[in-house]
Amino acid sequence: MASYSTNEFRRGLKVMLDSDPAVIIENEFVKPGKGQAFNRVKLRNLKSGRVIERTFKSGESIEAADVVETEMQYLYSDGAAWHFMDPESYEQIAADEAAVADAKQWLKEQDLCTVTLWNGAPLSVTPPNHVVLEVTSTEPGIRGDTATGGNKPATLETGAVVQVPLFVNEGDLIKVDTRSGEYLARARE
Amino acid sequence: MLAEIRAFFAARRVLEVETPLLSAAAASDPAVESFVTCYTGPGAACGRAMYLNGSPEFAMKRLLAAGSGPIYQICKAFRQGEAGRHHNPEFTLLEWYRPGFDHRLLMDEVEELLRALLPDLGGGERLSYREAFRRHAGIDPLTVEEQELAKCAASHGLGGVVGPDGGGVDGWLDLLMSHLVQPRLGWQGPCFLFDYPASQAALARIRPGTPPVAERFELFLRGVELANGFHELLDRDEQRRRFDADLQLRARTGQPSPPPDQRLLAALAHGLPQCSGVALGLDRLLMLICGVEEIEEVLAFPIDRA
Repeated sequence: MASYSTNEFRRGLKVMLDSDPAVIIENEFVKPGKGQAFNRVKLRNLKSGRVIERTFKSGESIEAADVVETEMQYLYSDGAAWHFMDPESYEQIAADEAAVADAKQWLKEQDLCTVTLWNGAPLSVTPPNHVVLEVTSTEPGIRGDTATGGNKPATLETGAVVQVPLFVNEGDLIKVDTRSGEYLARARE
Repeated sequence: MLAEIRAFFAARRVLEVETPLLSAAAASDPAVESFVTCYTGPGAACGRAMYLNGSPEFAMKRLLAAGSGPIYQICKAFRQGEAGRHHNPEFTLLEWYRPGFDHRLLMDEVEELLRALLPDLGGGERLSYREAFRRHAGIDPLTVEEQELAKCAASHGLGGVVGPDGGGVDGWLDLLMSHLVQPRLGWQGPCFLFDYPASQAALARIRPGTPPVAERFELFLRGVELANGFHELLDRDEQRRRFDADLQLRARTGQPSPPPDQRLLAALAHGLPQCSGVALGLDRLLMLICGVEEIEEVLAFPIDRA
């Protein structure tokens, strides 16, 4: 298995930490003038999302994690698994609930998502930053009210609930930012 | 900044000197790795290994032994493997020597220079290395054993960092120093740590006692290590023993072993006046003057763009 020395540490590097894949988010070189050098590293555990601080003696090596990010098309969910396809090879994979996690409320069939694979198995799914989804239920809209403030909850076709302006109606298509879960605009398909 | 430094030393009649950036010998300190290059030409037909200056200390001591009197130098220094928020492999040092001063008198002068450059500094603090560790890590660094250090490190989320081959007690002390103690030093004003463990004497003289301590000091400001000084070791035989110990440690850890500086040993044999000397990192000082966090911000072309 490949390994990385502390001199190769940089943001974004995927390594194995305590048997879990992790990504380096910060790497600081510290060294007393007349003493041992260390790398003070912040990593995110890619399974749990937890941020961990760890110090390594400079010159040490740690195992690389076989983690790759691929663009895949979301196909469908059978309730237990979420199925994705590589649009070039047509190869399909199934991600479990832990991997799709919060992303599942934004997954719309045929959308391209970023699937992070660890040793070939899905570790996490990142939906597109912006998705267009249909409003399936919300309080009736107030005609003409496009200016005054005020929001109401709307349930979307994927089950996600977002705050929308009062003029949005059932059946409307809206654009949502999946990173913040915020309504952006009404959309035409 | 450079003009003010030169004016400070001119007023005190300290002579500015220059010593080679390229020399036949290098620091033996296992914590300092030198760049090595090769001179080929007249007098060296087959090529001769030359080292880029890691610190001008040895050459300046040769001047002192030759009777230079008080001297200072502003020069580039080069250290292999050091790049980060406070490190660049090529950096600028201010180093000066004061015959007749002990390390306490020199600390006073370092503080005076610092206040000339940073007039709004708060009150200074002098802490022994021992007191600093007691205060910030809850241990006595001069008597503590490896096991207790490992426990202390683990209780601060630093367990297992220094392995069994990690340099023992000093490896753990370096870890606790850089992670726990140093970040807390120098927030009110300049903080001097002095009287280091004898095992970390480097080129300082050791004052006998129970336990003995090295007459070495370091200056910290806002958590940044700025300067390192010694009440200088004068004894040639002791210096030779330290070179040998350094080289043995280097051999054990697989580090390159540069030749010990015979010319320094000869100068010590001739006689170095009782003196203290200090090296101060000017890039870091400029960072503090400018209020920036990264050494890159005060370098025109840091290593990745050099």
